[in-house]
Amino acid sequence: MVPLSYYLVLSAVLFACGVAGFLIKRNIITIFLSIELMLNGVNLTFVAFAAQLKSLDGHIFVFFVMVVAAAEAAVGLAIIIAVFRTRETLNVDRVNLLKL
Amino acid sequence: MLAQILFFIFAAMCVGGAINLLVQKHPINSALSLIVVMGSLALIYLLLGAEFLAAVQVIVYAGAVMVLFVFVIMLLNAGEEERLSHGSRVAILLGVPALIIGLGIAAWFITHITGLDRVAIGGPEIMNGTDVFGNPQAVGKLLFSTYLLPFEVTSVLLLIAIMGAVVLARREGD
Repeated sequence: MVPLSYYLVLSAVLFACGVAGFLIKRNIITIFLSIELMLNGVNLTFVAFAAQLKSLDGHIFVFFVMVVAAAEAAVGLAIIIAVFRTRETLNVDRVNLLKL
Repeated sequence: MLAQILFFIFAAMCVGGAINLLVQKHPINSALSLIVVMGSLALIYLLLGAEFLAAVQVIVYAGAVMVLFVFVIMLLNAGEEERLSHGSRVAILLGVPALIIGLGIAAWFITHITGLDRVAIGGPEIMNGTDVFGNPQAVGKLLFSTYLLPFEVTSVLLLIAIMGAVVLARREGD
């Protein structure tokens, strides 16, 4: 039997790694990957509490988070492609103007 | 005991993949290490009795979403990242100790204050298959009864996402 706190610490570590990647990375695709890592960390918290409370509602929430993450990935990658067409770069330091 | 060993193996793979995502310079390496994280998370979901979510995690996350990422990385021919701006020295000097202290305090709160360390889950009942409550049948029943309206709204969300992706990725003037 694994204590619930182990799962929570693991998800906190994953979330912290996601936040660190979001802050220190300069490649826009890697920043996007860090966001997915944060979502996965939160999902683990949902599943752990669902197992503790013997309730399936947490699983449904994780399902919806996955749907939103898939939609977000599709739209975000389309935006990345559109930005790359106009700027010819993926570095967020070079994408510093609102105009095209 | 077996559950603990499995948990520690997959937790180590998760943390190792997450740190590898931070360390790697090339985005394709980061994407592949994120696949390792998602696969190990699917196995941890199985330890927690979430059969349906483990399958969806592998199919949707490690499958569809990451294939999309790898596809875009290769389509845009993304190379090693170049650093134009460097973070301020003060931010690094203050940020790293603050991060360590904050994580330590959070871990202490999680393990000591709430008494969650006495709540043990993911035991042999789940591994024997007698206590699996997150099977597709149960999740589907709940999804199509209590959460029917949110489920239908997600279909609208996905439709909007498809149209948005097509409009955004289209070339100008088409």
